[in-house]
Amino acid sequence: MSQLTEIRWHARAGQGAVTAAKLVADTALMLGAYIQAMPEYGPERTGAPLKAYTRLCGEPIEVHNTITNPGIVVVLDETLLPLVDVTEGMLEDGVVILNTEMTAAEARQALNVPDSVKVAVVDATGIALQTIKRNIPNTPIVGALAKVTGVVPVEKVKERLVEAFGKKFAQEMIDANLKSVDRAYEEVTVA
Amino acid sequence: MSNNKAFSATGNQMVAEAIRQCDPDVMAAYPITPQTTIVENYAKFVAAGRVHTEFVTVESEHSALSACVGASSAGARVATATASQGLAYMWEVLPIAAGMRLPIVMANANRTLASPINIGCDHSDIMGVRDSGWIILFAETAQEAYDNTIVSFKVAEDRRVLLPVLTTLDGFITSHAMERCEMNDDQQVKDFVGDYEPLYPLLDTNNPVGHGMYANAPEFAKSRVNERAAMDRSLSVLEEHGKAWSKVTGRPFELVDTWGTEDADYVMVILGSAAGNFRHVARQLREEGVKVGIVRPRVYRPFPAEQIAQACKGAKAVAVMDRSDSMGAACGPLGADVLSAFYTHGLTVPAKNYVYGLGGCDVSNEMVRRVVADLEKVAEGSADRSLTYLDA
Repeated sequence: MSQLTEIRWHARAGQGAVTAAKLVADTALMLGAYIQAMPEYGPERTGAPLKAYTRLCGEPIEVHNTITNPGIVVVLDETLLPLVDVTEGMLEDGVVILNTEMTAAEARQALNVPDSVKVAVVDATGIALQTIKRNIPNTPIVGALAKVTGVVPVEKVKERLVEAFGKKFAQEMIDANLKSVDRAYEEVTVA
Repeated sequence: MSNNKAFSATGNQMVAEAIRQCDPDVMAAYPITPQTTIVENYAKFVAAGRVHTEFVTVESEHSALSACVGASSAGARVATATASQGLAYMWEVLPIAAGMRLPIVMANANRTLASPINIGCDHSDIMGVRDSGWIILFAETAQEAYDNTIVSFKVAEDRRVLLPVLTTLDGFITSHAMERCEMNDDQQVKDFVGDYEPLYPLLDTNNPVGHGMYANAPEFAKSRVNERAAMDRSLSVLEEHGKAWSKVTGRPFELVDTWGTEDADYVMVILGSAAGNFRHVARQLREEGVKVGIVRPRVYRPFPAEQIAQACKGAKAVAVMDRSDSMGAACGPLGADVLSAFYTHGLTVPAKNYVYGLGGCDVSNEMVRRVVADLEKVAEGSADRSLTYLDA
């Protein structure tokens, strides 16, 4: 992780994208990385499209702007696809991770990205509804991110989740979150 | 050296922690974006009994600073925080606090001023109070916001100074972004800052004094002369305490942070968080053979004119980057200060002033490259040197 990794998150306000952006950053921090995690700032309206950003690097991070050329794009809500150009500016060898019931091949077609871009899909909403019993796809999708990109190991993600949730939530809720991460890790597919 | 564990925090969290460790007697504050989480976090410290601070909830920023003036006159260590319209609403009280020589520490999350209404970062709010007699610090990172805030108490309360300090961080960019940070032990901060012993506390009834009195012309002017002298003295006091804190933490403290200026052809002078973006691109340009240097004043009032002139003296051209404008003037506020520093110190290097990053506009790598490309022409004498807006 000596090189700069830039992740852009697309979601609707309320889906936990900022929490996910911070979870990835905090996990990388546990491994000694320098990190940044921030939302795109503006009026907060539940359901409105938003972006969030994560930077990870082995060296101190000097830039403080938004991410316009992400190597990784995570989309938490597929209904954004007709509204937002989620792949705008992304690197040619980048990865898109989409929360959808579509197959990876269908998603690739919907995203219309060059062959050099990797497309990964996971039904993070379905997993969240079954495990956490709420439509919060942010935790599971980090499991998919860990599998597809390797920027953070899934075991460390879970360790960080326990650390972060340990004081706030009942064991049942923590276990559900951990299970959602494992399931997304297993179920994510790539085209 | 510090062996503190790294953790993630926003700039506002770091400022709240710094104030907690300095444990002021009184905090009076009113919420305003993007400062709110400073006092929100602080209110939690108060509720949890982690500080001995009396937290005064007031109905406005004007009242917040007025309460701070009262508490500080009484002899208390005092802190508050604000931003934007809130700082503007405090305006009337700002020179009062400075003229009364009250060592209040105030954090400001730099945000623009309406209208149009906008909550994004620029330096319009803080530049509007630059002549009010407050020491003004700019942090580049959340970590620096923490260190600057701790040093602020030490400088404000130093008897060679006794002036209020504004410790600023860029709204959202630094106040709300989560970064890797470290924090020193509470005891280290307590040992460094020490106890505040007020010179003439109103509550010392054995030695009654008046504060904020009327003064006729000669006494008034004498008061201003003394205030000016204290402000001038504060530069070396700031350096002294900043270096002392740096010794405790192992983190650097320079009045003016410089990068690559020793042999730079093109130098850019810039305040706050965007300096990192400029340095990032400067590194890339160096690899491409363009010798670029960055000068970042960490203190803006008192203005470190000599240090800035010194850092720019070898350059072929200089860009001064303002994150606000002084409408109708030839330059933005930093531009005017830097050019005046050049004149005073005999520099004739050609310079160009830019306004960038207004109302939260992003600082792109291309923007930095455009400035450097301009500077090559400025050095040749072929560029338009009037004030240029970069955002739109």
